Amino acid sequence: MDEFLNSKIFGIKWSRLLNSCGQTLYMVGWGLLIGTVLGLILALILVLTRKGGVLQGRLPRVLYLVVNTYVNVIRSVPFVILLVTIMPLTRLIMGTTIGSTAALVPLVLYISPYLARLLENSLLECSPGILEAAQAMGANIWQIIRYFLMPETLGSMVLALTTGAIGLLGASAMAGYVGGGGVGDLTLTYGYEKMNTPLMILTVVILVAFVQLIQFLGGAISGKLRAHR
Amino acid sequence: MIRITEASKTFHEKSTEVHALQNVTIHVQKGEIYGIVGFSGAGKSTLIRLVNRLETPDTGTVEVAGQNLSSLKGKKLSALRRKIGMVFQQFNLLDGKTVFHNVSLPLILEHRSPAEIEKRVAEVLAFVELSDKRDAYVSQLSGGQKQRVGIARALATNPEILLCDEATSALDPQTTESILKLLKRVNREMGITILLITHQMQVIQLICDRVAVMEKGRVVEEGPVLEVFGRPKEEVTKRFVRTVINDQVPETFYDTIRAESRHYRLEQLKFIGDTVNEPVIANLCRRPGLEVNIVGANISPLQGTIMSVFILQLIGETEALRSAEEYIDASGALRQRLMIDWESRNITEIPAGKERTDG
Repeated sequence: MDEFLNSKIFGIKWSRLLNSCGQTLYMVGWGLLIGTVLGLILALILVLTRKGGVLQGRLPRVLYLVVNTYVNVIRSVPFVILLVTIMPLTRLIMGTTIGSTAALVPLVLYISPYLARLLENSLLECSPGILEAAQAMGANIWQIIRYFLMPETLGSMVLALTTGAIGLLGASAMAGYVGGGGVGDLTLTYGYEKMNTPLMILTVVILVAFVQLIQFLGGAISGKLRAHR
Repeated sequence: MIRITEASKTFHEKSTEVHALQNVTIHVQKGEIYGIVGFSGAGKSTLIRLVNRLETPDTGTVEVAGQNLSSLKGKKLSALRRKIGMVFQQFNLLDGKTVFHNVSLPLILEHRSPAEIEKRVAEVLAFVELSDKRDAYVSQLSGGQKQRVGIARALATNPEILLCDEATSALDPQTTESILKLLKRVNREMGITILLITHQMQVIQLICDRVAVMEKGRVVEEGPVLEVFGRPKEEVTKRFVRTVINDQVPETFYDTIRAESRHYRLEQLKFIGDTVNEPVIANLCRRPGLEVNIVGANISPLQGTIMSVFILQLIGETEALRSAEEYIDASGALRQRLMIDWESRNITEIPAGKERTDG
């Protein structure tokens, strides 16, 4: 095994390549997980407090405006710029600005508003009639979310997350700037800067494979969830 | 059971104000089927939503089962809503879930035990005759079956009131009839008070005890169905009644009527149920100096009884016509003199007070 890991492919050790893949999976995985939680919360606030939303009038309108503006502002900053401008915040949260874990902070900050927009669109697919029926049944807001809003839009939300995950994969390529590593970093530092074209092609193939895998999984899960619609 | 008093509601659109409800007062009694009919935009949807507080009135009060709704919030509001089932035009079911799941939802919201849920869902599905579709997905069902699921879901929590928001408007005539029969059973067998809104007069005709007619946010006419169908007062009510009961002279008869050179009058007679105990038309035929032509006739079921409309061309001298009218009025039949305007080919009704004996 060690022999294999120490053997080289296109000028780098296999262990390095696998490590990079691991780092990418780490960043995309955790980034997606935390980003989804935050994004979903933001999306729910947007959907429920918008004009005609279930909570309109029960929560202050300013909440919608704040979240909406926040999402728009963050979404308009390119990831590389976000990455370096929020370094103090990263240090505050993680204690360091270097490494895959540190890179998670800007990744989550970047992807959660994006996911919020995508999930908002998904949640809006739930017909107002369903929500009205839920209210007529006496469901409280948590019950509306849990038994009506989420189940009705789950298939669509999975597709949204698929798109988000691919966006996250793209963003993670830039994590090399803060020593986050990953396949993208490998491409830039070893492939591009050292003009190792075969390696560059290999890593691009790996990234393409990642995207295909994510898209396939997302499509399959969503298809299963929507099987009876 | 439901008492809405002088409710008004205005929606503020961008540049205009929509007066959805203007001083609406209705009182629905326990155990009856109360229908509200009106064209779209008349304010019916807003009105029915006052009852479970999906809408709140700007002014006026809403009382349900003796409870004033204006102060209800949170858990108390949820508790009230569980006593009120609601059925929708577009069914509003979770299409990707099974029939069982949909019907069990209101029970899940009440934190009932799985055994209880199992039992109650089986009961209501049996009532709406869908026991065999328990595990089918809603998306596989026909419109009528979907509405049955909707009704089963509304009945699951044993409500005292059922609100029907155009429950049959998306269905074909045959299915409409079967759903109406089901609603009638809900009312008679479970003793559930039903408030429904519709633009189909047929719905009122077949199952309602009382009816309110709405136009432009106001209730313009209200009363027992037999009364409103027998003697509609407002123009909009007459239009609605005409959609199910044809009380017009067929146009093909116009020329025959016009060709009559002798003195005649057109009279519309309505008989409701067995309120008239004599053969009025046969007796008219036997009156000396009077000739009777039937130029229009229609018999329709109404509220478990029958309403028949006849339009007669009575031919004779003024005196014979006058006494014939007196005879009809005395018999208990509802009489209305008609005039045809030959220019526009419109029929106008001559109000009882304005009949001239020479007409």
